[in-house]
Order: sequence, then C-alpha cells, then structure tokens
Amino acid sequence: MTGEPLLAVRDLKVSFRTEDGLVKAVDGVSFTLSPGETLGIVGESGSGKSVTMMSVMRLIVDPNARFEGEVFYKGRDLMKLSREDMREVRGSELAMIFQDPMTSLNPVYRVGWQIAEQIRAHERISRRAAHARAIELLTAVGIPHPAERVDDYPHQFSGGMRQRVMIAMALSCSPDLLIADEPTTALDVTIQAQILNLIKKLKEDFGSAVVLITHDMGVVADIADRVAVMYAGRMVEQGSKQDLFYDPQHPYTWGLLGSIARLDRPKPRRLTAIPGLPPSLLRLPEGCAFGDRCPQRFDACAQVPELTAKAGSDHLDACHLAPGDKRERRERTIHPELTEEPA
Amino acid sequence: MLTFIVRRGLWTVLVMFAITVLVFVIFFKTPGIDPVRQIAGRNPSPLVLAEIRHQFGLDRPFPVQYALMMKKLFITRDLVSYSNQGTLVIPEIFAAAPATLSLVFGAAIIWVVVAIAMGVGAAVLRGTVLDPLLMILALIGISMPVFWLGQVANLITQSRFHDTFLFSWVPPLGYTSLTQNPVRWFEGLVIPWIVLSVLYIGLYARVLRANLIEVQNEDFIRTARAKGLTERRVLLRHTLRNSMITFVSLFGLDFGVLVGGGALLTEVVFGIHGVGFLTYQSLTNLDLPVIMATVVYGAFFIVLANTLVDITYAWLDPRVRLA
Ligand SMILES: Nc1ncnc2c1ncn2[C@@H]1O[C@H](COP(=O)(O)OP(=O)(O)OP(=O)(O)O)[C@@H](O)[C@H]1O
Ligand SMILES: [Mg+2]
Repeated sequence: MTGEPLLAVRDLKVSFRTEDGLVKAVDGVSFTLSPGETLGIVGESGSGKSVTMMSVMRLIVDPNARFEGEVFYKGRDLMKLSREDMREVRGSELAMIFQDPMTSLNPVYRVGWQIAEQIRAHERISRRAAHARAIELLTAVGIPHPAERVDDYPHQFSGGMRQRVMIAMALSCSPDLLIADEPTTALDVTIQAQILNLIKKLKEDFGSAVVLITHDMGVVADIADRVAVMYAGRMVEQGSKQDLFYDPQHPYTWGLLGSIARLDRPKPRRLTAIPGLPPSLLRLPEGCAFGDRCPQRFDACAQVPELTAKAGSDHLDACHLAPGDKRERRERTIHPELTEEPA
Repeated sequence: MLTFIVRRGLWTVLVMFAITVLVFVIFFKTPGIDPVRQIAGRNPSPLVLAEIRHQFGLDRPFPVQYALMMKKLFITRDLVSYSNQGTLVIPEIFAAAPATLSLVFGAAIIWVVVAIAMGVGAAVLRGTVLDPLLMILALIGISMPVFWLGQVANLITQSRFHDTFLFSWVPPLGYTSLTQNPVRWFEGLVIPWIVLSVLYIGLYARVLRANLIEVQNEDFIRTARAKGLTERRVLLRHTLRNSMITFVSLFGLDFGVLVGGGALLTEVVFGIHGVGFLTYQSLTNLDLPVIMATVVYGAFFIVLANTLVDITYAWLDPRVRLA
C-alpha cells in the first residue's frame, strides 16, 4: 500500500445494552482503505457488517449503543468530530446506500427534490441548479427520461430504479467513499447484475473508494480489490481478492468459498455449507469465536487468535493453524469433490 | 391532483344527497310516528295540523315530500319551528354559526399548536424523565370530562378568584360577536377555548408522539441522516412531515364534528349560543324542524371536513392520489 489511507478504522468496538445483557456487535475491528479502492466485507447475517459501517458514518442513534476505537478519515478521527462537523462530512465525503430501496426513499417527496435536498445541504447552490444536477445524476445512473422522471415520487419507480435513485443521491456530492450495504440483496437477479455494473462504472467515473457489504462471495469476486471477512463481530481474514480466493487462510473463509458454485471447477456433487450457527453475541465462547463450528479445532483455539499477517505482508488472518498445515485441509473443505472417490 | 379534487368533490355531493335522503326517511318515514304531530310541537290545534300537512305535502307522494322539504331547507329557507312561536329555523342556525365557528377555530389553533409542541417534545426527549411526564399530563387532559372542566373553570374564573388580578378580566358568561366588540369576543372565548382544547391536546400529543417514534425507525430517516441533513431538518421535514398524516385525518374529523354541533357541552356550560346550544335546546323541547335542520347542517360540515381531509391527505401523501 502506498500513501496515506483514505479511511483507517482502528480497534472499533460497538456494543448495545439490551434487556438480556451486553451485545458485542463489533468487537475490535481494524482495517484501512486506500483512495479509489474497493473493499468487500463479507460474513454471515449478524456478523456486524452493517453496524461497523454505520458506526463509521455515525448513523447509529440508539441511546443504548457504546462506541470505542478510532475512525480516521483523511487524518481526522470521525468519532471525535462535533455533530455539525460530522454532518458536513456525511453525504458530501462519505455516502451510504442501503439494502432495501423500497423503504429508503421518503415516500412523500419527489425523487428530484430528495436529490436536490442533499446537494443543497452541502453546497450553496440555487434550487434550480440543484434540480438540473439531479437530472444529470439520474441520467448518469441510467434512468430513462430523466427530465420527466425527476418529478415523480418514489412509489412510481420499481425497486431497481429506486436503488439507482439512491445511488444518484449518494453520488450527488462526489463523495470520496461510497458505502453500499447489501445494495442488491432485495432485488431480482438480473437487476442485481445491472446495479453492480453501475456501481463499478460510476466508481471509475467518480473515482470514489467503495466499501461493499455483502454475504455473496460471487459479488465480491466480481467487484472488490480487497476483501475482509467478518465473523461474530470480529475480522477473521483480510487480504487482496487474489489472496482470499486462491490462498484463503481461515477455515471460516474456506466454508464461505465452499458455498459458491464455480464454473471453472468440476461440478461439485453438493455445495458445502458451514454446519451450525454463529455464537450468541451476548455470550461469546472463550477463545476463537468460530471454534465451536470449526472442523480444524485444536488446543490453541482456546486462546483468542490475533489478526496478524502470516501468509504475506498484506494478508491478515486470525487462525492459530500454521500456514503450512492449512493447504491440504483447505482443499478438502472447499473442494470435497476433488478428494472424494468419483462416483 | 386536480382530477383527485374534482373526483372527491363529486363524491362529496353524492354523499350529501344520500345524507339528506337518510335524514328525511328517519324523520318522516319512521313507522308508527306521525311527522305532522312531531313538527307541530306540544298541543297543536287541528288548524295547525292541517296547515302543516299541506305545507310539507304529506298527502302527496314521497319524492314530492322530499323535494318540498329540501326546498324549505335550502332554497326558500322558510322552515318554521312551531314549538318556538314560528321562528325561522335556517336563519336561526346561521345566526348561531359564528359563535360555534369562533369557539371551534380558536380551540383548534390552540390544540394543534400545543399538541405538536408536546408530541414533538416528548419524542425528542425520549429517554429523559420529561417524556413520560408530558405523556401523563396528556393522559390527564384526555380523562377530564369537558363539562366538569368547564364548571370548574367557571367556578374559578367567575366566582372564587374573579376578584383577584388573575381573572378579573374574564367577562360574564356568554358570547359577544367579533364585529360588535373584538376585545370582548376574545376575552370571553379564552377560557372556553382552553377548556375545549384540553381533551384534544392530550389525544393528539399522544398520537403524534407514537407516530413520530414509529417514523423515526423508518429506513428513509436513516437515509435523511446519511445525506448530511441537520437533525432539525430530519425532524421537521422528514419525521414530522410523515407523522402528520394520521394527525391531519383525525383533525379534520374532530373539527367537522365540533363545528357540526359537537361542541354542545362546552357551549352549554359557557352559555355560548352556538349551533350546539341550539341542538341542545331543540332536543329538550323535541322541536323536530330544528333538530332536523341541525342534523343536516352538522352532517354537511362533517362531510365537508372529511373531503378537505382527504384532499390534504393526498397532498401530504402522494401515494393516495392514485387510489
Ligand atoms: N440497536 C441495536 N440493539 C441491539 N442489538 C443490535 C442493534 N443493532 C444491531 N444489533 C445486533 O448487532 C449484530 C450485528 O448486526 P449487523 O446488522 O451489523 O449484522 P450484519 O452483518 O449487517 O447482518 P446482515 O447480513 O443480516 O445485514 C446483530 O446480532 C444485531 O442483533
Ligand atoms: Mg446488514
């Protein structure tokens, strides 16, 4: 990595006080992001992906939430900014789009108005100029007849079109970082591909860095430069896409990779799913959080593993297994069909 | 939007027609009741009975009777109250309307402003002691009957403390018209306004708070924050705006009911001779023409208010316009 990172998250911890006790939703997450880079964050439901990135944006308003750690953006710790300074950063430098486009737009305002509202929150610009910008943005995200559609209400758009509107809005102030939280999960498969391609293209045009949250390894393979894998509020592996797909280090990552079908390999007889469920965030097990589900578990797993670079300078993982031990075990997990007797 | 208003307007006319037919049938066609005797009041002479029978066309077919009645109500406006020495009913209602409108308008302004302040205040202060405190206050407001509250207010401002500097400005009970003496009009209505609005303040503040809290959890509020809007703008332009939809529909209905005579108890307690007072009198005298006219008048206001609500609703929520 060269130069100053755009975003550096250090030891972020987020917990929620609940009736049942303290939920440690994010438990010491660190990562960095360079300008223009695309980071994919993957992990099962509930692993803390959304909470991590919402905390970066300081969008969690729950009074029961507790935050610790540092979030450096262009050298400033966002966690320490005043509300007003944070507001100025939000929407202009950091923008976020969400999972469900059906509910993410305000139903009572025209889409053009909603885009213009964001522009006018950050720039001194006339209503008319902001409206014209909204039309340009709708054109850029591929909405047909943007000059007319700009005055429609959200309910007059389909889900895919609404997500395009959300993207147009997010990009309206040319942010340096776009956070997309499962932007395609709620959409049809064909629309999913269109939206991902759109994000890829706009990322080039606008030069923004992107954090893409997903639980779909296929999406990550398509669009990410680097990948971070989360499990039970912690990061278990981090590295370039090549490292992660061709030399994955953590058994949890192996499980995730085993669950995608690949066309360049012999057709598997079955896709491996990871057996069991993630642990409760109220009572994390002693030691490695993945231990209870891990087929490779051994003595050392009673200690919490550190996220360190074992397999290369920019490839971090949190597993006690020695890199040399992993290769053969890994093949068996990811490609069981290769090690089994052909039927 | 325009087509919506036109469509809604036509619908209103239809509903009003249906209401007049229904009211007519209830008053004139209820089996076993002779409308002539009802209209004539107590101890009528045979001469009067015959006159009424002829005037209302009660010896002619049903549609003619209905048409005659409507003509009396809306065109010639010469419906007469027999139990009240031949007063013309319609002008009487129109004379009473300004008092009711003054009372209800003033109270409505108070209750909307205070309820919004309390509801928003409670929602914003959630997690502090002020929120439950405000809501208990609202609950107390809801549970105080208006006639009791009115009597207590009268007791305090008219007799007990009338001579102290606090309430010496309160004029005696009754209504002074705005054109006659604006200051007196205002002074005489302050206490009735407050008394009438208390119930609605409590109700609306609670409803609004619940709606605000519901809307606060919507995805589009998170989007509004992510856009970098100020908290104030998120609250007023996004949360409050979407929470007002229920508020407005409630308001229209309550307002219509009150203008239509529903402020009866307040009017009676404070001696304000408005439409509610008139209804109350006619009910105690069983004065059929007046009852009928006030019922039709009240129904009209409620339907009208309902129409305005629907139009406002469509303005507030674009999704309704297509339905
Ligand atoms: N306000 C809150 N109060 C209590 N617990 C919360 C709160 N917000 C999130 N959590 C908990 O934090 C954990 C992580 O949630 P998060 O939404 O980050 O998961 P995720 O990885 O984004 O999952 P998904 O793929 O389903 O979106 C969950 O177990 C959730 O129950
Ligand atoms: Mg999520």
